[in-house]
Parts: sequence; C-alpha cells; structure tokens
Amino acid sequence: MSVMHTTIARHSSSRLYSGSTWTGIAIVVAFFACLPALNLFFPVDHPLHVSSFTVALIGKFLCYALAALALDLVWGYTGILSLGHGLFFALGGYAHGMYLMRAAKSSPEILPDFMGFLSWKTFPWFWSFTEHFWYAMLLVVLVPGVLAFMFGYFAFRSRIKGVYFSIITQALTFAAMLLFFRNETGFGGNNGFTDFKKILGFDITSADTRAVLYWVSLATLLGSLILARAITQSKLGRVLTAIRDSESRLRFLGYEPLGFKLFIWTVSAILCGIAGALYVPQVGIINPSEMSTENSIEMVIWVATGGRGTLIGPIIGAGTINGLKTWFTSVFPEFWLYALGLIFVLVTLFLPQGIVGLARQLGQRFKRIKP
Amino acid sequence: MSTPQVEVTESLDTLGSGAGGEASYGRPKRAGVDTTHGAILYLDSISVVFDGFKALNNLSLDIGVGELRCIIGPNGAGKTTMMDVITGKTRATSGTAFFGQNYDLAQLSEAQIADIGIGRKFQRPTVFENHTVFENLELAMKANKNVKSTLFARLNSTQRDKIAETLDMLRLTADQQREAGLLSHGQKQWLEIGMLLMQEPLLLLLDEPVAGMTDAETERTGELLNELRGKHSLVVVEHDMDFVTQIAQGGKVTVLCEGSVLAEGTMQQVQEDQRVIEVYLGR
Repeated sequence: MSVMHTTIARHSSSRLYSGSTWTGIAIVVAFFACLPALNLFFPVDHPLHVSSFTVALIGKFLCYALAALALDLVWGYTGILSLGHGLFFALGGYAHGMYLMRAAKSSPEILPDFMGFLSWKTFPWFWSFTEHFWYAMLLVVLVPGVLAFMFGYFAFRSRIKGVYFSIITQALTFAAMLLFFRNETGFGGNNGFTDFKKILGFDITSADTRAVLYWVSLATLLGSLILARAITQSKLGRVLTAIRDSESRLRFLGYEPLGFKLFIWTVSAILCGIAGALYVPQVGIINPSEMSTENSIEMVIWVATGGRGTLIGPIIGAGTINGLKTWFTSVFPEFWLYALGLIFVLVTLFLPQGIVGLARQLGQRFKRIKP
Repeated sequence: MSTPQVEVTESLDTLGSGAGGEASYGRPKRAGVDTTHGAILYLDSISVVFDGFKALNNLSLDIGVGELRCIIGPNGAGKTTMMDVITGKTRATSGTAFFGQNYDLAQLSEAQIADIGIGRKFQRPTVFENHTVFENLELAMKANKNVKSTLFARLNSTQRDKIAETLDMLRLTADQQREAGLLSHGQKQWLEIGMLLMQEPLLLLLDEPVAGMTDAETERTGELLNELRGKHSLVVVEHDMDFVTQIAQGGKVTVLCEGSVLAEGTMQQVQEDQRVIEVYLGR
C-alpha cells in the first residue's frame, strides 16, 4: 500500500512516478502477467495452476479498470461527472463485435442470423468494411470519439455543468439503449452479438487466444495509465483541475475551458471504447444492457471507491468492487445491489478519498509513529 | 511557443534600462492596443438594466495609460457591475466600452478580454486552492493558452525566473510549494494580484483588495500597489478611505453613486465636495 501513497505526491518534475512507485507498478504488472502463463503451463491438478475461470475473470476486470481510469480523467480531475460512460464502453464493444460477427461465419459475406430473421438480403451500409479487423479497430476509436466530441461540443459550449450534465449523459446512454434494443437498428436487438468463433483466424475460445487477449488488455491498461499520468502531470493537467475547482477564475486568466473539457472528454470516451472492445471477445457477448444506466453508475462507484483523481485508485476500485460482486452474486445473489448501495454510502461518508486516500492517511500515520 | 519567446526578449530589453527586478513587467504598451490618445479604457454612457433596475446609469469614464485610479462609492453604486462590464461578465444594455481605441469589449469573450490585457481581481480571493502557490502563478503566466501548447508546455529558465521574481515581490517565496488553500487571507489576496501580474496585463482591475485584511496586511498591499504604479494602469475599487488616501496620493479619485459618476478629482477635492458628503453622511 505504501506504493500507492507515494504516487499521489505532487511534484512538477518531469518524471511521471518516483522510482519506488515504478518498482511497485512493475511488480503488480508482472504478477498479473504471470497468471495466464500459470494457466497454460501447469496442469489442472498442479498447485500453481490458475483456473481458466480466474484468468477470464481478471481479464474482464482489466477492461473495467481501463473504463474506470477513463472516467477518473473526466470526473476526478476535471470535475465532470459522467453517468453515461457505459455508452462509450458499449459502442467500442459493438464496433469490435461487428468484426467478430463477420469472422464467425465461413465467409464474411454471409449475413448474421438476426439479419436473416429481418429478411435482409445484404448488409446495411454501416456494416461495410467491418470484415476487416483494422477497420473495426478504427471504428472502436472513432465511434466513441466522434460521438463524445459532438455531444461534448454542444454541452460544454452551452456551459452545461454539474448535475445537469450528469443527467443528460444518463439520458444519452438510456436513449442509445432503447435504440439498440430495436431489431431494425441492425445490431441484433436485445440479443446483441454473441457466438463469436474466431479473431484474426485464431479460435476465440482457446486458452492461448484468451491468454493473448488478457495480455493485450493488461498492456493497454498499463499504457493508458502512463498516458493518463502524463496528461495529468502536464500543465494541461493543472488546467483540468483548475476547471474542476474554479472554472470562471480560469476563464479570467485567459483560458477557454471548452477546448480543454472537450479534449479530456474525448480522450476519456476513446479509452472507454477501447476497454469495451477488449471486453467483448473475452466475455463473448455484447448486448444493449451494457448501455443500461446501472452500468454507468457502477463505473462511478468504482472510481469513488478507489479514490477520485488518483488514476491508480479507480483501477483498484474497479478490481475491488467487481471482486466483491463476483463473490456476492455467487453467495447472496439477491443482496448484491443493496451491498453496492451500502458500499457507496459508506465510501462517501467515511472515505471521501477512497481506498487510496485511506492508504495515504495510514502511510502518514505510520511515518509519524516511526520517525 | 514562438510568441511568448518573442515577448520575453522584449521584456529583457526593458529590464536592462529599468530599475530592479520587477521591471520585466514594465511594458507600458502592447502592440495591438492603440493608446495613442493617452487613454487605456473608455466607458461611454454605459447603462446596465437588470429587470428594470438600473445598476449602471449612463456611466462615462476614462482611464489613462499608467494611471492609478481609485473608485469609491456607497453600496449599490454599481462598482462591481462596472467591473463586470469591462471584463465581459455582464453585457451593457446600452453604451460602449473600448480598450484602447481599437478593442470593443462588447465583441469579446471573457477569455479574449483577459488575453488582450485586462486582469481582474475579485472581491473574495479566488485562487486555485488545490494547486501550490507556484502552480497558481504558472497557470496565470502569459503564454499561449490553447490546448495543444498547454499539453506540451515546459517551463524555461526565463519563465522560472519570472515566477521567482513575482514570488519575491509578493513575499511568498517560502510558501511556493504550499497549497494555496493553506495561505492566510491576506496572502491569498497577494497571490491573486501576483497571478494578475503574471498575465502582464495593461490594465488591472482590483475589487476591494484590502477587504478583510489586517492593518499590517493593508499597509503592505498599499506598498505593493504603489510599486505597480506607472507600470500598469490600475483601477482600484475600495471602501476603506484610509487606504484610498494612502494609494491615491495626488491621483484622480472617482465617486460613483446610483450607477453614474458623482464626482471626480483628487482625494482632497472629492472629500470637500458637498454632494459626496451628502451621499456618504446623509444615509
């Protein structure tokens, strides 16, 4: 825990993290990188074997952690509370899902079953080129990015702030969910996309492919953490926190907040879309319930629990809450939402800085006792 | 990054000829603002009406280049509304406001107005409480303030020196790594003035700079403003008469009442003016 505490220390030096923090990050990353290897190389009855279930579960958590990191950039640093980040996550997932649907068929020209039920004969225009993996990856970045940019431009230009902004984002993801539920929209209606078979020619269910997807997720999370840290440690990062603390003051200093908000909002949406794109092949399904309002609110709880404005905190928060959720939903499934609500209340009341804030406090107390 | 560097060399020239470290702020004019007629700010019959209430009523005022102008007046005289109109926070219902001869302030946004050289200090100190004192000055520093150059901005040694000079003048050098929220009230006010100076404004608007200050802090603020006299045009709105007497010296004092100018002159003339006495003592 002492690792996390040093990461929060502010300094304007050009180094992103202190040496000891880098060591801590390297150890944690190495630990998580080993898990799929233990799954692959040790037989099932070996004590060091890690089950495929665990690998798949943690792989999923890595995607959630990336989404939480993205949300922290806008909420924790810039003070823009989004209750609609599930939309960007789902859009990234759908964009990748389009490719996976076409790769699942023996020929990319064969229509998915749901289009057959609608008695469509050809792919609609927005499915063009999705048989190409690179094009799907482009969509993963562009669709959430462009949507976020356009929505953000109008919302921020009209100076919509605070709870009003949050409600609009909530409405946006809800509206998108209703749209995607319609079969005629062309994204499989309430069943969404599932039954994926291949990714880039590899069997998507094999342990090897899953290990690679896991490692890619881990590497993307690490890369995004470094990118987010670089942004927040730059002068632009200090402008973002200034927007959070006193936007009108910043305007009188000659900054136009619109561009800064739009920048971080779009970056955040893109990262969230990438998280969704990594998530879909690992869980094997994407449907409109990913856009439900609960999902977006849960993301906010991950960030709050881990510690707003700390980057590493939301990653820990996403892991902690989802770990608890996994345990709860298998032991007391009907009580999970109550437990989640209780956690949120307790964190808000007693841990305003989240887990990272608690670790920091303990660290300081420990230092005082042991000079 | 090219624009700020050009200006750095410019300020170095004045540093050579000027006296003391603060001379780097001593650029009386900036290319672009036309002050050939000697005035930096013209307000011409400005009226601001809120729901039928006239906050400003046909107010006309001009501020000369390098002048330190004190503006006094009873509560509700329209002093803060006047500041709002100048900085673009409130739009005038009628009348014109010009910065130099060539900038119509009604056409510009708050950020643009700050950028052409009008700095404003609010009544309550508003500094960025979660940023350190140093970071507050860094954010305020005149630079290209768009997204891209801010993302890649690195402080060069000239800029560091400038922040150090300002810290020195504000007597905040020892506190530079403290969070601004931890400063005393007076120190926050000075930090805010320092933030304005980092923007190298041509015109500084100070709204009650000594409100809530101790006597020692008030005196120090007076010294600070006197150091700035001549380097910037200053408009000081203040209630504290002793303080106004300290900084006005022989300069012009304007008395506002019910949204327009009641009297103008030296502090002594104004104090002897019968109408001013009525407004201040008659209520």
